[in-house]
Parts: sequence; structure tokens; C-alpha cells
Amino acid sequence: MGKKMQVSLTVNGEVHEVLAEPRELLIHTLREKLGITGPHIGCETSHCGACTVDMNGRSVKACTVFVAQADGAEITTIEGLGGPDGLHVLQRMFREHHGLQCGYCTPGMITRAHRLLQENPQPTEEEVRFGMAGNLCRCTGYQNIVKAIMAAAAEMNAKEAAE
Amino acid sequence: MNDLTPTREERIANLKGMGTSRKRVEDVRFTQGKGNYVDDIKLQGMLFGDFVRSPYAHARVKSINADAARALPGVVAVLTAADLAPLNLHWMPTLAGDKQMVLADGKVLFQGQEVAFVVATDRYIAADAIELVEVDYEELPVVVDPFAAMEPDAPVLREDLNGIMSGAHGPRRHHNHIFLWETGDKAATEEALGAAEVVAEEMVYYHRTHPCPLETCGCVASMDKVNGKLTVWGTFQAPHVVRTVASLLSGIEEHNIRVVSPDIGGGFGNKVGVYPGYVCSIVASIVTGKPVKWVEDRMDNLMATAFARDYWMKGRISATKEGKITALRCHVTADHGAFDACADPTKFPAGFFHICTGSYDIPVAYVGVDGVYTNKAPGGVAYRCSFRVTEAAYFIERMIEVLAIELGMDAAELRRINFIRKEQFPYQSALGWEYDSGDYHTAWDKALAAVDYKGLREEQAQRIADFKAGRTRKLLGIGLTHFTEIVGAGPVKNCDILGMGMFDSCEIRIHPTGSAIARLGTISQGQGHATTFAQIIASEIGLSADSITVEEGDTDTAPYGLGTYGSRSTPVAGAATALCGRKIRAKAQMIAAWLLEVHEGDLEWDVDRFQVKGAPERFKTMKEIAYAAYNQAIPGIEPGLEAVSYYDPPNMTYPFGAYIAVMEIDVDTGEHEVRQFYALDDCGTRINPMVIEGQVHGGATEGYAIAMGQEIAYDEIGNVKTGTLMDFFLPTAWETPHYTTDHTETPSPHHPIGAKGVGESPNVGSVPAFSNAVHDAFRAFGLRQSHMPHDHWRIWKIARDLGLHG
Ligand code: FES
Ligand code: FES
Repeated sequence: MGKKMQVSLTVNGEVHEVLAEPRELLIHTLREKLGITGPHIGCETSHCGACTVDMNGRSVKACTVFVAQADGAEITTIEGLGGPDGLHVLQRMFREHHGLQCGYCTPGMITRAHRLLQENPQPTEEEVRFGMAGNLCRCTGYQNIVKAIMAAAAEMNAKEAAE
Repeated sequence: MNDLTPTREERIANLKGMGTSRKRVEDVRFTQGKGNYVDDIKLQGMLFGDFVRSPYAHARVKSINADAARALPGVVAVLTAADLAPLNLHWMPTLAGDKQMVLADGKVLFQGQEVAFVVATDRYIAADAIELVEVDYEELPVVVDPFAAMEPDAPVLREDLNGIMSGAHGPRRHHNHIFLWETGDKAATEEALGAAEVVAEEMVYYHRTHPCPLETCGCVASMDKVNGKLTVWGTFQAPHVVRTVASLLSGIEEHNIRVVSPDIGGGFGNKVGVYPGYVCSIVASIVTGKPVKWVEDRMDNLMATAFARDYWMKGRISATKEGKITALRCHVTADHGAFDACADPTKFPAGFFHICTGSYDIPVAYVGVDGVYTNKAPGGVAYRCSFRVTEAAYFIERMIEVLAIELGMDAAELRRINFIRKEQFPYQSALGWEYDSGDYHTAWDKALAAVDYKGLREEQAQRIADFKAGRTRKLLGIGLTHFTEIVGAGPVKNCDILGMGMFDSCEIRIHPTGSAIARLGTISQGQGHATTFAQIIASEIGLSADSITVEEGDTDTAPYGLGTYGSRSTPVAGAATALCGRKIRAKAQMIAAWLLEVHEGDLEWDVDRFQVKGAPERFKTMKEIAYAAYNQAIPGIEPGLEAVSYYDPPNMTYPFGAYIAVMEIDVDTGEHEVRQFYALDDCGTRINPMVIEGQVHGGATEGYAIAMGQEIAYDEIGNVKTGTLMDFFLPTAWETPHYTTDHTETPSPHHPIGAKGVGESPNVGSVPAFSNAVHDAFRAFGLRQSHMPHDHWRIWKIARDLGLHG
């Protein structure tokens, strides 16, 4: 056990001050101290992506980030994706295209997909499959996840073109 | 009538009943991160439990010193077998009639076995404390090979069974033997095999693998000492059974135990059993008076929580020269690990493996299964499978291919001439099953046409020629499978788990304003029950599925049921749901008759209402009837509108399907590419096509993983070599194939809505399809049988051994 340190982080727009051991993992801080249970734990070895959150504009696996490394960071989780006018288009499209079953991978999946579409707003199916390869799903076989992401990209692009 | 009166079509559409691809109600929560899984539960004062696990596969535990751990600030308790022994909880019964150590009692029998349970105020302290528990082990000789385990001088694994030469399933003929289970006509089979024109023999191994749901197993146990009530939230595929077991083990009366399965992050059979973590959490909560959470990590899960398969299947199949099969024999050496903790119905220690005559009309057959102890983790659960059906399907679909080689025949044609014909149903199989329905030839022809089978074979022939001429280094494999599943256990007369008959249940309560709640004895782990069961009810009682809440998993409120596994939810609970709806409708008819002042017999049901025969303008909708049930005093009829049904199925259901995988294989690297995967499923009546298709994608992906790389491997001293996601293959979106789904629809004649269940078909069917594709690619070069998983290294080895590397 190490001495506790003061960490400040902004999660979904809200500033939190937490007292944590340096070894504490970000995923545990989020889930246990801040009650943000959308990101899940599937492996704790950075293979499954269930814990994916957005940190300073990049996808990270929160099981492989010490909370100390997140000091001062801007973090977005699945809880922060929807806007005042309801669900994020990815959230809608995952439902529309049956991109989830047990739902355990879903928060990480959608959070990763959200970042992927920022990085590459018009991905091909191949690029989606490659860009999502850090997130495992045991239920869906990915086919409908890919469909949902492609559909979300199309809708976002159409909206942008209209604006 | 005016313009606002909905048409009949609109009324039907409004129900969102059976047959519609209704969007899932669950998804609204899940897509927003608002699921409620076990690890999300947080109670006041909750403690965390974690295990000290054995690093050895076989060792005597000479002493355990937990003083240093106990002294660590934040550690509340350390439990060992010595602490559990006075409560008689250091061992627990398994679902298979064996017993299993909860915590190491004198020795350990597999790597990762639970040795001590540490309880602390947070998970980091618990992890620190584990390091401080000193266990003195004396290593013993390890047996990981089930054949070696049966050698006369093999080390004795289960010393607790010393001298006990009879187990739950009959005599044991060796100290590491669990049972011999036999069925079929052995003498007649031998005779037919002996007289046959053509015989093929092969050892088919279905390797050890693991369901590995994305969420691991865990629970929160909370003993309220004031009112004497124990509540356990957990990843349970069978919450009611867990409550009964918990009551029998703890002596707490069943009404004082509440078991809740919250949202479950995938199960696939992994969450059927009772694990030491559950028992220790409950004991720890009783001892400390605080809620205790235990959630295993991924390594714990892969190392110690129920594995699947591990069947060595030695087969012999015979046929006439024309290819008509005359007999089938199979002997299985089943590696059950250290304890027999298979989750099979009590009377079936090898599950439904004797469905292994598959889709074929085989006159005589015999199966014998020897269960064997080894120094590996216990389990043997049905990984997206109905009790060893995947093993059976893999076995017969490999044997058919081997027989085709022996006969020099096309494997598709060999299947066709041996299929059970449509007019033979209901069909009595040589191993004792009554197949309820099927139309295999139609499905087969549809599948072969869809992939242009003839064209594929021509392409393959050309490829072989090109390969031999040095024009390509890639081979083409065409993997065929026609599988027959057996799902939906019951019937109660021959299927039970720990004495509990395998019925299932549904309770429906209609609210006065015409919405409803239904509760079932099953539990969804991603199958979307809240969506699909509401559709069944909607079609039966005429209220929109959107007005029907479906609840499962809380033993305090749901009717007793045996849970969700073995594709039994739709066949069993789905039937209970339909019949329960019909009870509601029967009462509604009486109410409608009174309201319309006609005789009941003068009414007919139409979509969402009872109408007077011949005068459809006189009707009462279910909504109106529901209101009347609560606000009118109807002579001779009790107020209210609710019903409960328990359904004991008269038979299982027999879904089937035709799967075809087309694979490119690189001879020099052993890499493969699935060029096409076609899956035709016949699961009888289809409740929600979108959900069915999703199940097929998911199950086929599991099958792809199993066939092409996923395994729980051990070294010779019992170390688990695949204990993390680094080495245990779970395919990503990148390597997962693309699937084309298709269907035929042959309703089950004995099921109230004709549905058969589909959850497991794609796992059952895809494994042989992928594996047969690999074998087929090398058939022209002399390959008969090569064991799964077909990872790059193993495929490369096949090519090398066949001399294809030049
Ligand atoms: S829990 Fe973080 S990647 Fe699996
Ligand atoms: S939906 Fe279950 S793991 Fe993806």
C-alpha cells in the first residue's frame, strides 16, 4: 500500500477530486468511487475493451491506466455520450441494428466507436473491423455491431452535409 | 366504423407479437451504461472476498498460515477448510452426484483450486492479503491425460473416494474412474459392424475449451441477521436451483433465502454451476454480518471455473458399398477433471451425447462413455450447448466425412442418402430418442443451392490441379454439416437437476388498464427474454408487447423454474408462457360473454378481442375485458385477471440446420480465411427473426473460435497454458467471418407455439462446419483426421506431415 494522493479529473463534464493510492486503476476509481458503472471489467489485462473510456480525446482501456495518470484529464464514458436531446446516434443505431445482446461489452464498444468515428468519419467496413479490434464481444459475432457503426457514420455524415 | 378505426392488419402490427423483428427493450438501458450487473452492486459496509489459489495441479497441503494476512489492516477474515468443516461446508455436492472441495481439504487436485478465502474492506487489500497467506505444499505426481489416469499404477487422485467403488452412476472400475454409461444395443451393433461391406474407424477429439463469457462469475451475499434473511445476487443461470441448493447446504429455510440474478453479461453454460466463491461469500457474510462481494478475475475464470468438452470419441461406422449406413459405435473417454461437476440432468452423466446418430437413419448403434478424473479443473458444462450435443454433432459429422473418404464418395451425397426422411417423423433413433419433426432433405438442398455446391467442387478441383502444378499455394476447403439438436429439457419424468424436475414456468398478471407483467423461472443472459417473451404473450392475449413487462431472476417474485441453459427457455418457459396466456384468454372469454350478454360459445377470438361469431362489430377488446375484470362484479367469476402455468414438456424439441463453411488455406503459413459461411437454421416457429439471426452470428463466432484456436491447454505437470486472454483465443471483429443466415420452418408438433429453440444451434453446427472445411481442403492429399483447434501452427503441421512443403 502506498501513500494516498489527491487526483483531480473531469468525468463527463463534472470535476471530481479523489484520494487514491498511486496503484489504483482508473476503472476502479470510476466504478467504485464515482459510481460510474457503465464501463465494465472483463479481463483487467487490456485485452477485452469492456472498460474503454475516452481520455483526453483518445480511447483508453481504463483497466490499464492508473488513476494517478489521469490527474487533470478529461474523461468521457458511455454515460456522457448522450446529449440534451437524447441518445447519441451510436446508441440508437446499436439498438436499431441489434448490435448487442448481453450488453456487457456495449458501453466500451460504443465509447470506442465514438472515438473511431472522430478519427475516421467515413470508415470502410474493413476499417471499422480493424478499428474495433480492441473490443471483444462474446455474444454478437460483431456483424451487427459493424452494421450499427456504419449506419451511425452514415447518419452523422448526412447530418453534417445538411448543416 | 370511422377512419380512426384500426384495420385488422394495424391491430396485428400494433401487438408486435410473434414473427416480428421487434427491437429489444433491454437495449435502452444497456446502450446507456445503465445495466445492473453483479459487480455494479454496492451495499453499505460491503466487504470483498478473494481466493488464495493453488499453484500446483496435485499436492498435499501440509499447513496454511494466515496470521500475517489476518494482521493486515483492512482484513476482516481468512477462511480455510478448517473453518468450514464445523459447518460441514468444506465440501459441497456437485450437480453430477459427486462432491467437490469448497476449500482445499488436505490436498489440491488442480491448478487454481481454491485454498483459502480472504475477506477485506477493499479489493486491493484482499489482493495484498492473498500474498501473505503461507501455504506449505508437498507436490504429488500429476495426471493430465485421461488414458494415463486409467493405468493400473496411476496416482490416486481422489483419496476421499478410497475403497468406494460405486458412484452416483454405478460401479467404478479404477480409482480414477467415475462411471461407465452405456446405451444402445451393443451386441447387434457389433454384429452389424462385423458383417459390413465398408467400415471406417477414427478417434475424434473434441478438445477442452471454455465458455468465457465477457462478464466473469461473481456474487454479493448479504445476511441480514435481524430478520434472518439471506440475499444473494449472482451470475446465476438457474437462480431457483441455487436457492434450493443454498438452503440444503446451509440449513436456512428456503423462504428465508432470496436469490437474484441481475443483468448477466453472457453465460454460455459457465454460470449454471455452484462455485466455491458463492459458498464462501455466503459463509463470510454470515460470519462477519456484512455483505460480501466476490467477483473472479479472468484468470480465475479460465483456470478454475467450469470448462467445456474434453471428449475423446473413438468411433466405428459401417455402410454398404453404396453408402447406406448400417451401424455406429462410439466409445468416449471423458475427462471430467478433479471433480465430476458436469451440469447434466441427473440420469444422464454424459448428457444427451447419445443424439450422436445425428440426422441419419442408422439402424443400430451403441455408445459407452467412461468418465475419468484427472488433475484439471472441474466442469464439463454445456458451452452454448444442450448437454454434450456439440460433442455428439462434431463426432457424427466427422465420422460421416471419414466414411465418405473410405467410400470414395462425395460427403454431401453421403449425407443425403442417409438422412431421416420427412415421412419417418416422429422418428425413433437407435439410441432411444424420439425426434419430433424435421425435413432434412429440403434444408440440405436449399443450402447446397445457396452456396452453389457444384460450382464450389469444380473450383476446388481446379485449385487442386493448380496447386499440384505449382500455380498456387492455397487450398480450398468446403466444410459441410447437417446437425440435429436436442433441446428443451424436461420432460420431468426423465430429466431433473438435483431432484428438481426440469419444468419451467410463467405467471402473467394483467393490470386494470390493460398492461401486464409476466414473470418467468428462466433468466436472460443476453437472449433478450424481456423482448421475446412479451411477443409470445402479445400474440396470445392481444395486448401490445410494449405494454408487457417481463421480469426474471428474483426467486422472491418469480415462479420456480430450472433456468436458462440447453436452449430450454423457448421450448419450456416459452410453452409455459403461451399456455399461461391461454388461461388468461379463457377467463377473458367468460368476462366478454357476460359483458356482451352472449353465450361463451358464441364468441371467437380475433387478434386482440373476443367478437360475436357472425357479428364482428360486437366485440370486447382485451383492454376492455381487463378493466371489467377489476371494476365489475361479475356473477360466478372471481375478480382479477392473472394466471400461472408450469409446463412439463412431453418431449424435447429437435432443431436442425445445414451449415457450410468455405475456407482458403495457406499451405505454407497455416493461415486460413473464411471466404463464406452459410447457416440455415430450422428452429420451428420463429418468434423474433432479428434475435434469432443475432443468436446465429454469436454462436457461429463461438464455434469459429473453438474450431480455429480456442482451447484450455495444460502442460504435463498440470499448468494451465491458456489462462489469460493473451493465449485463450477470443476472435475480434477483424478475424471473425461474415455470416449469411437462412431458414426453413418446421414447427414442433408437440409445442404449443411450435418453437424449438435456437441459442445453441450455431455453436453445435458451426464447429464441425469449420473443422470439416480444414479437413476437406487436405482430403485430396490424404488427410483423414486432425484434432482441433485448427490454429495456424496445427494447420501448418498438417501440410508438413502430408509432405506439401516440398
Ligand atoms: S477490462 Fe480493461 S481491457 Fe478488459
Ligand atoms: S453483447 Fe455480450 S459481450 Fe457483447
